[in-house]
Amino acid sequence: MARKDELGRRGEDLAVDFLERAGYEILARNWRTRTGEVDIVARMDGITAIVEVKTRTSVASGHPFEAVTFRKLKRLRALAAEWSASDPRRSAVLRIDVVGVVAPADAPAVVEHLTGVM
Amino acid sequence: MAVGRTWAVSLLGLDGAIVEVETDVSAGLPRFTIIGLADRAISEAEGRVRQAIVNSDCTLPPHRITVNLSPAGLPKNGTAFDLGIALSCLAATGAVSAESIGRVVHAGELGLDGRLRPTPGILPIVRAARRAGRTVVMVPSANAAEASLVPDIEVVAVDSLRAAAIWHGAELEAGEPVLDAPAAPGRPSARALELGDVLGQEDAVEALVTAAAGGHHLFLLGPPGSGKTMLAERLPGILPPLSTEAALDVCSVRSLGGERVGASLDTVPPFESPHHTATAAAVVGGGSGLIRPGAVARASHGVLFLDEAPEFARVVLDCLRQPLETGWITIHRANAIARFPARVQLVLAANPCPCGQYGAPESSCQCPPAAIRRYFSRVSGPLLDRIDLQVTVRRVSSAAARAAGERPGATTETARVRVLEARERAEHRLRGTPWSLNAHVPGSWLRSSPVALAPATIRPLDRGLERGALTMRGYDRVLRVAWTLADLRGAERPELDDVSRALFLRKGIAA
Repeated sequence: MARKDELGRRGEDLAVDFLERAGYEILARNWRTRTGEVDIVARMDGITAIVEVKTRTSVASGHPFEAVTFRKLKRLRALAAEWSASDPRRSAVLRIDVVGVVAPADAPAVVEHLTGVM
Repeated sequence: MAVGRTWAVSLLGLDGAIVEVETDVSAGLPRFTIIGLADRAISEAEGRVRQAIVNSDCTLPPHRITVNLSPAGLPKNGTAFDLGIALSCLAATGAVSAESIGRVVHAGELGLDGRLRPTPGILPIVRAARRAGRTVVMVPSANAAEASLVPDIEVVAVDSLRAAAIWHGAELEAGEPVLDAPAAPGRPSARALELGDVLGQEDAVEALVTAAAGGHHLFLLGPPGSGKTMLAERLPGILPPLSTEAALDVCSVRSLGGERVGASLDTVPPFESPHHTATAAAVVGGGSGLIRPGAVARASHGVLFLDEAPEFARVVLDCLRQPLETGWITIHRANAIARFPARVQLVLAANPCPCGQYGAPESSCQCPPAAIRRYFSRVSGPLLDRIDLQVTVRRVSSAAARAAGERPGATTETARVRVLEARERAEHRLRGTPWSLNAHVPGSWLRSSPVALAPATIRPLDRGLERGALTMRGYDRVLRVAWTLADLRGAERPELDDVSRALFLRKGIAA
């Protein structure tokens, strides 16, 4: 596995831990369609969150949040609709979230969660 | 999360409005938005502010940052908002004291490394802040001298965003002092031209002194090489020095045009001579986003010289009528109205015909009469109506030049003293009226009882009026000039001689 994929995987694990601790129920991980992939689908209080995870080892080349572009958001929006149409556990409210993970090699990782970014 | 607030100034002409710069940082994907009718230069502040903050060892949070410039309906332009925007961002994140920046008006353009660049318009910005009752302004140190020209306001000069943040309580290490950006060349201090250099033109020099003493507009008519330009250029030298407020106006207009203004106020009245191909926008000012002052505004409180006046486009000349009347120039654009001071003394110069030789001795003019008529019809009647002195300048013969060289005529020094004394006398006489210069006094007032002249004194005028050689408006202009001549003589009121001489001084061109 390439180093960047490894880092991404680690970031997603950290994000799942974070969300579970926050009380979310994880419905799916790496849910794929022809449009693309959703990193995490989580649910709490009847709201389903389509979660994009971005991981960086440092903020030297920008905060992970800055890597979420408009195009990426558009794709997440389309994926959210597909999820809603295909999954029986769908809820009335869908939301798009971003989790940013800064995971330096020699220090504890910092996880930040933005809700409803769109 | 948090909101940071500070103040800046939006300039419209020389008038400035205080603008509140508020920055909100809220949860959301990183985005930097500036709202509040900002022009392109302000929208681009994002790039400068972001890098300046990072390079000053501060951070912008990776969240949604919204900067609002309020009142949001007022159009804003220019790069002077950079400093205020950056500091309100830092206050929103808690890096500097929100209370501290809320007391200060900020102006200055940022460089990517966080330095503050010299910014045009600092002088009018500081004046506007003082007029709005603000007590502290922060400006780039390159503009410190010009900002300190404004009395009764504390000026804080800083060389970088880092220094500004430290002043406002940020815990940062003091940076290296920023090397001053290469100074934009300032205006060389106006070399006073010597009136004594004009040889053998006693009548024209006397007319020039009269124009200076009474604030009268002047029309010089004469063949090429007779010294019209030379005369006009010497007018600022014999005018009284500018008052502090007037000098601040002059410097403000220069600052707005991006000229560097020095630490001392230039009290020599300005002299502007636009080329005759100038457009109306160049003369009165204009521009679609940022409204820039034109030649009339730059010449305010000084002399506007139009050489080869009939060669100017007619529309340009007619644009001058409103500022000559009101002393202000108002420029209307789609989303804003800008006002500049435009109290100028107008000097027009013209050749007597398109080839320039008409009427000059020992030269042949080949212009057909129709061409001469057409040439002068470009300077419209309504404009000529506002010009009190219309003087013919003749070429100097070699004998006259030799004679003049032997007995020195008026020098700038003696002329200025005469002008000052005459102006003082006029001011004393006109105390209690809204006017201080003879040129501004309306004819009806001059003809009314307390100052009306004896019938014997104004007989030449009445005769001219009866014969139809003089219009009623021309009558009033001769009266005004007669008063100025009396002031120059130190007389209580004009005598027959003054009236006759005033008549002579406007007979140059039939109007």
